[in-house]
Amino acid sequence: MPLRTMPWFRLVLGTLLLSSSSAWAEWTVNMTPGVTAISREIYSLHMIIFWICVVIGVVVFGVMFWSVFAHRKSKGAKAAQFHESTTVELVWTTIPFVILIAMAIPATKTLVKIYDSKESVVDVKVTGYQWKWRYDYLNDGFGFFSNLTTAQDEIYNKAPKGEHYLLEVDEPLVVPVNTKVRFLITANDVIHSWWVPAIAVKKDAIPGFVNESWTIIEEPGVYRGQCAELCGKDHGFMPIVVVAKEQADYDVWVAERKAAASAEAGLKDKVWTEEELMVRGEKTYATFCSACHGAEGNGIPPAFPALKGSQIALGDKSAHIDLVINGKAGTAMAAFGSQLSEVDLAAVITYERNAWGNDTGDVIQPVDIANFKAAQ
Amino acid sequence: MKNMPNQTSNKVILKLVAVVFGMFGFGFALVPLYDVICDITGLNGKTGGRYEITEALEVDQARWITVQFTTSNNAEMPWEFKPKEAMVKVRPGEINQVYFVATNTTNHRMSAQAVPSLSPFAAAEFFNKTECFCFNQQTLEAGESIDMPLRFFVAKDIPERMSKLTLSYTLFNLPALAAN
Amino acid sequence: MSAVLDTHDHDHHGPAKGLMRWVYTTNHKDIGTLYLWFSFLMFLVGGCMAMVIRAELFQPGMQIVAPEFFNQMTTMHGLIMVFGAVMPAFVGLANWLVPMMIGAPDMALPRMNNLSFWILPFAFTMLLSTLLMEGGAPNFGWTFYAPLSTTYAPDSVTFFIFGVHIMGASSIMGAINVIATILNMRAPGMTLMKMPLFVWTWLITAYLLIAVMPVLAGVVTMMLMDIHFGTSFFSAAGGGDPVLFQHVFWFFGHPEVYIMILPAFGVVSQIIPTFSRKPLFGYTSMVYATASIAFLSFIVWAHHMFTVGMPLAGELFFMYATMLIAVPTGVKVFNWVTTMFRGSLTFETPMLFAVSFVVLFTIGGFSGLMLAIAPADFQYHDTYFVVAHFHYVLVPGAIFGIMAAVYYWLPKWCGNMYNESLGKLHFWLSFVGMNLAFFPMHFVGLAGMPRRIPDYALQFADFNQISSIGAFMFGATQLLFLYIVINTIRSGKPATAQVWESAEGLEWTIPSPAPYHTFSTPPDVK
Repeated sequence: MPLRTMPWFRLVLGTLLLSSSSAWAEWTVNMTPGVTAISREIYSLHMIIFWICVVIGVVVFGVMFWSVFAHRKSKGAKAAQFHESTTVELVWTTIPFVILIAMAIPATKTLVKIYDSKESVVDVKVTGYQWKWRYDYLNDGFGFFSNLTTAQDEIYNKAPKGEHYLLEVDEPLVVPVNTKVRFLITANDVIHSWWVPAIAVKKDAIPGFVNESWTIIEEPGVYRGQCAELCGKDHGFMPIVVVAKEQADYDVWVAERKAAASAEAGLKDKVWTEEELMVRGEKTYATFCSACHGAEGNGIPPAFPALKGSQIALGDKSAHIDLVINGKAGTAMAAFGSQLSEVDLAAVITYERNAWGNDTGDVIQPVDIANFKAAQ
Repeated sequence: MKNMPNQTSNKVILKLVAVVFGMFGFGFALVPLYDVICDITGLNGKTGGRYEITEALEVDQARWITVQFTTSNNAEMPWEFKPKEAMVKVRPGEINQVYFVATNTTNHRMSAQAVPSLSPFAAAEFFNKTECFCFNQQTLEAGESIDMPLRFFVAKDIPERMSKLTLSYTLFNLPALAAN
Repeated sequence: MSAVLDTHDHDHHGPAKGLMRWVYTTNHKDIGTLYLWFSFLMFLVGGCMAMVIRAELFQPGMQIVAPEFFNQMTTMHGLIMVFGAVMPAFVGLANWLVPMMIGAPDMALPRMNNLSFWILPFAFTMLLSTLLMEGGAPNFGWTFYAPLSTTYAPDSVTFFIFGVHIMGASSIMGAINVIATILNMRAPGMTLMKMPLFVWTWLITAYLLIAVMPVLAGVVTMMLMDIHFGTSFFSAAGGGDPVLFQHVFWFFGHPEVYIMILPAFGVVSQIIPTFSRKPLFGYTSMVYATASIAFLSFIVWAHHMFTVGMPLAGELFFMYATMLIAVPTGVKVFNWVTTMFRGSLTFETPMLFAVSFVVLFTIGGFSGLMLAIAPADFQYHDTYFVVAHFHYVLVPGAIFGIMAAVYYWLPKWCGNMYNESLGKLHFWLSFVGMNLAFFPMHFVGLAGMPRRIPDYALQFADFNQISSIGAFMFGATQLLFLYIVINTIRSGKPATAQVWESAEGLEWTIPSPAPYHTFSTPPDVK
């Protein structure tokens, strides 16, 4: 077996790749150091343990490869017969044990820091849903859903994929920099997991329980992550986007959101035209419905029925509204009444009743939705 | 044939079968064991049952604890469910009362169970509820709305480092109960 | 040691004729053969599922299957490989080898042995049939966390639970058989510390099996009760906790992964001394190290749950305990290397697999050590870094161990030598394919790619493509393995009793192929 044995070369290659991280950045072979003090500590821990493993590997494999080279029968090697030594066993039990203690100390220090309990300034409740995230700002009284915005056409190879394919959302989580932000993480249905590599936060979202994590982001920017616990069909399609802003910009954003929340309340009393509803409805449909019911309303029967030409979309309006608001128990059709505003509900139902040749001519107003809910 | 199973072999086999059944039982014993450990330590944020006050409570006038309230609906639970106050500041040892509003927005009777979870988990053993809507299931008729009370106090010996607590309730649908 | 050439036992007339021989057999050699062929079939089935997975992941975008079906593939691939390929293969090796290695005529409970095998095809037919059921096959990962696997599971989950019960029963019965055989039927003179290491590792594995398979039975029974009988073990609504599921599952799950590797340690400990022409270094140490690994395996389970929200003390304990397992494991690796050192080495196919086991399993061990570091694990957990880790310990670990065993002992089982050039070709293609498939997974995992996703962001594309190519290569090569095995059995060159120049052990003192009944009279072991 010649020395071109792959593992040896792979170790060398890997070492080179990882040490010149900037040159190989686009190959992305390593963890990100991230933008928080904790993420950088974790990155250092990762690299230290990695290098220790490399050194041990080089030594141990070195001895073995030397044997493979020098102690071959074909080279005339005669076998020695030694087969035990208590001293040697003690030595190579003790040395690794000591190395492990050396590793455990910085690891413990970092973990203790992560369990820090200094009081936070911003508190955000993060709720995992099948298959999106919801962010509620506990101190400011507003919240919103955050959905994947990559189009089905990109996923199904009918349109070219954008730069942030599968890592883009309609409403990112916005936080201020250099401020302790606390995350209260839970789930609506199954276990999800909220993970943003750049801030080294990963915490499981468990239905009925609230987990806590925190971060202090040091640089403004956009940081992307993904759900990290299998949660069903679209586990790979519910990303996380965190936008860290300077304090002043953050304050402006909060004020805007609060204003939008009250404005949204006003929008539901106005009378909308069919065209306005169709425009809004198409957007809402793409975000909330197309993953299951298809961009063209064809669905994936029988689990995800078609809406194009369906009895529901062409038939009784109240039945259609009921289904969207209350969902259908025992199926994957969720109750969107608690997830969408009256405006969005009216718009998406109007859209479904008129798109793809459905052409009922029906127009559902936000006030119709409000009345329906009240009459339930 | 020589060397076939003998008395000793049978004893070994019987012992092993006993271990098998024992370990099956152990698996099930992990359930109450887990509950007991979580109860004693509050390790998973479960705040425990009704707290009976046996002696007068001393209030620590020197510090404030912020208690935030937040609510979540589990899937298939469409009720409106909100705290009346998003946050209160309390003194350790002081009894406080807050209210949560629940409205059954559907057109049929439903039953619900509210499940509390306190963050940070380690604070759960210091958070005592003397009255809570989460002790019972709640049944509401179609359209019915109620104000649900929570009476609690934060234990005086809560560590200094715990100054902000978040109490979250998740509301679950109990279809079996409503049907009866 | 008296050679036993007792092939004319008056109680038996050799194997029965026809297919029914295989249905009714209580012969450990026949049952070993059944287990091995069954596991090879399951390996190919699970491998096909892996091909579907890697084909979908060849490029970003959804090209071949829908996300729901992809989740069924990942779930079934894991279940089939763990419960259908690796575990039955090791039981097959135990059946064939343990009686011969200890000088026993058969297993302690031959009829239970037959039952242990035959319930497996039934269980796996049922499990595979779920692919055709309405709602699809299990799609919640082979680790089936609640409530995805309870409240949100397809109807086939009940068949999954039934299947797991049956497989568990099979493993438990097999383990009881192994322990009873080893403790009671060793030839006179074969003390515990004279047993081949393969027998030791299987003895310890069998104890692990009877300790934890019942816990798995418990957790799936709790699932069954939650799904069908209104209990709330894992639902917060009724006072339960989804995290309880994880604790009980991993209490089984962690010892399970040691169950899947300890016999491979035993195989490698037989093969390396033979081809080094030198005794195994540190026999006593190896026994103690294996036992230590088994003990430690019970107290590390929550390292699979570092992100679940455990208190600091819990995370620290499990981190330290997990790191500690590196010590006995390291001891074993050092002992194998020292066995080779200053030996007289040749590199026939079994030795190629065994040596690459030592190197590549150790690499898997290094990524395992990295994963043990709890704060770092926050960045590794549920990413492809974990997938890389366990495929390194399972593929060049368990699977190469099994393949090494097949090449090493097939001549004893069937009496013919395999074709050495083809064997070496199978090895090299597997080695290259496997590394191409799984090494890049370290990179994409570190770069941020989560597990169990059917589609991924563009920065992960290049390495995923390399990975898929490697996987296709590895998969295709196993068809070569199938050809080699069949060809050897049907038309290989006849083998001697000794087969390998310096192989030691009772199994090499009997003819090749091994007679249907061996050691009806126990040999004398000096």
